[in-house]
Amino acid sequence: MLELDDIQHFLIARPPALAARYEFLSFHNAEGARTWLAGILAKVGTAQTVGSSHLDSRWVTVAFTWNGLKALGVDDASLATFPEEFHQGMAARANILGATGANHPDHWIGGMANPSLHAIVVLFARNVEERERCTREHQEYLSRCTGVEALSSLDLEALPPFGYPHEHFGYHDRLSQPVIEGTLVEPTPGSGPAIEAGEFFLGYPDEEGGPAALPQPAILSRNGSYLAYVRLEEHVGAFRDFLRQHGETHEQQELIAAKLMGRWRSGAPLVLAPDKDDPELGADLQHNNDFAYAEKDPYGYACPLGSHIRRMNPRDTATNMKRRKMIRRGGTYGPPLPEGAPEDGKERGIAAFIGCASLVRQFEFAMNVWANDPNFHELGNERDPFVGTQDGTYDMTIPKRPIRKKITALPAFTTVRGGAYFFLPGIKALRYLTALTNKSHAQGA
Amino acid sequence: MATQARQQREPAQSKTGTSATENDWTKPRALAIPKEGYFKLEQGRYGPVYPKSPACYGFTIIAKTKPGTEEVIREYGKTIEKSLQGSPDLLAPLKLHYLRWVLFDIGKDKYFMYQGIFDTDFDKYTEDAIALFAAAGVDTVFENLEGFPEDWKTNPPAFVKFVREHQCPSFLEYGEYPFVSAGEIKKALKLKAAFSKMLDQMQ
Repeated sequence: MLELDDIQHFLIARPPALAARYEFLSFHNAEGARTWLAGILAKVGTAQTVGSSHLDSRWVTVAFTWNGLKALGVDDASLATFPEEFHQGMAARANILGATGANHPDHWIGGMANPSLHAIVVLFARNVEERERCTREHQEYLSRCTGVEALSSLDLEALPPFGYPHEHFGYHDRLSQPVIEGTLVEPTPGSGPAIEAGEFFLGYPDEEGGPAALPQPAILSRNGSYLAYVRLEEHVGAFRDFLRQHGETHEQQELIAAKLMGRWRSGAPLVLAPDKDDPELGADLQHNNDFAYAEKDPYGYACPLGSHIRRMNPRDTATNMKRRKMIRRGGTYGPPLPEGAPEDGKERGIAAFIGCASLVRQFEFAMNVWANDPNFHELGNERDPFVGTQDGTYDMTIPKRPIRKKITALPAFTTVRGGAYFFLPGIKALRYLTALTNKSHAQGA
Repeated sequence: MATQARQQREPAQSKTGTSATENDWTKPRALAIPKEGYFKLEQGRYGPVYPKSPACYGFTIIAKTKPGTEEVIREYGKTIEKSLQGSPDLLAPLKLHYLRWVLFDIGKDKYFMYQGIFDTDFDKYTEDAIALFAAAGVDTVFENLEGFPEDWKTNPPAFVKFVREHQCPSFLEYGEYPFVSAGEIKKALKLKAAFSKMLDQMQ
């Protein structure tokens, strides 16, 4: 059974938040950091409590980088038992992820590539007013904590209309999410069976058997997860220009947009709606994820082999898929660009977290192979049109009878503006961290 | 990944010979490879990324066997043969051309060599390969090798580390039909068969 009272709610319960704030913190001394953590601990939501009350209006999550655990006083012997990729951090592994050129950490903002990035506090709030209230409260609290400094922050808001989650390009989002074994949630048709909890939370059996070896001491790692954070700017003006360039009519533009994603912007998948949009299907969670590729669309005539959803979830056309599942969280930031308005140069995008039990096997694999391997599916010279690193030298092939359409020099629709690897500890682990001392930390735990 | 795209854009500077302009299967080619196994260090998820050669991608794993395990290891040959008879597509995801398993002596010791030639970058599909080894019953053959981590079932990184540490990069690779993938060969043979059939039916 999942220890829901010890797992932070972040990767399990999705509260009804329309606003959020991420605060990135740096610890200047261990004692101050532990005092700050002790003071905020009671506000951190567990998987058991979040969602049980309709009265809640804000939900708090806390996670740490490897440097952050060290700064809190976790000793070297314990730190050495954490995986190497977590130790190195996202910036050091940018080349593996394909974050090169404009996406390289040299250009990141908010101190994300800085070793002094130690922690993140994620605040989800029911609305903007509640976020502002909590922000003021946390700032006031921080001002009373010595040795803890905010490096940067990011405010997020859901995009109107609020009826369905979507990002700045207008695509319906969150349509394909894994279901965790033991949460009693029924997977929607086509989503496959529930995935063993050990794929997302440390200390549980995973799809290989397991449980996998835990970082030590177990109280620090059990019920924890790793988070890969990515701040991805979306170039909405460039995206709309591209659609206009490749489609004369509204219908043609929508088809190109759908071919890049693998779904119409309504969410309707091309495999089930290959020729024209079907908004009713797009909104129907019982049907909009119920498809596979190997038999229905082996050559990609409906959903191109290089489209975003076919790369990031190849379904029945890749092996070992149960070991590659990830839980996505996050939201949109920046003002929406009204339809028809010219690019205003303001930064807008998605700031998302990928939750998993192994950054190297799950997140890094997805970025290295599915998003950025130009020869994935033997495509030759293509990358994911949205999360792959694009620099105008890659193509996008759209299979079509009798002759395929090949778009050359695909522009970059997104830019990585920052990223980091965090460890999301369980509640007992947070308490353990607050109880560390400068002399005897991690001993006897 | 990045290497491949860069090579396509800068064919003149290509060292591994995988650029579009040099990808001519009609011209047999050889490639001498530096001691490290690569021309330029590019870190993959688990270590250096090895280049594609005229003989595609591959690895050569050499490890000392535990004393008295020769017969057990040889028995695995028959196990794999049977597994493949039952499900011929078992290893298809690895995009293999060939596997060769060899036992040989150095002094009084017995060594195991596992050589594979395939079409995917080994670093990218490490976990998939290990999962398929398990499905095919290949994984446990490694338990007869010196230094293989006993906790490999719950410690996949240790398995990867063992394979990486025992990989001996080639210093020369040759391709009679360089860079051609197994998929392309099979497509060509299918096409040939289809043409033959068509011609037969035209008689």
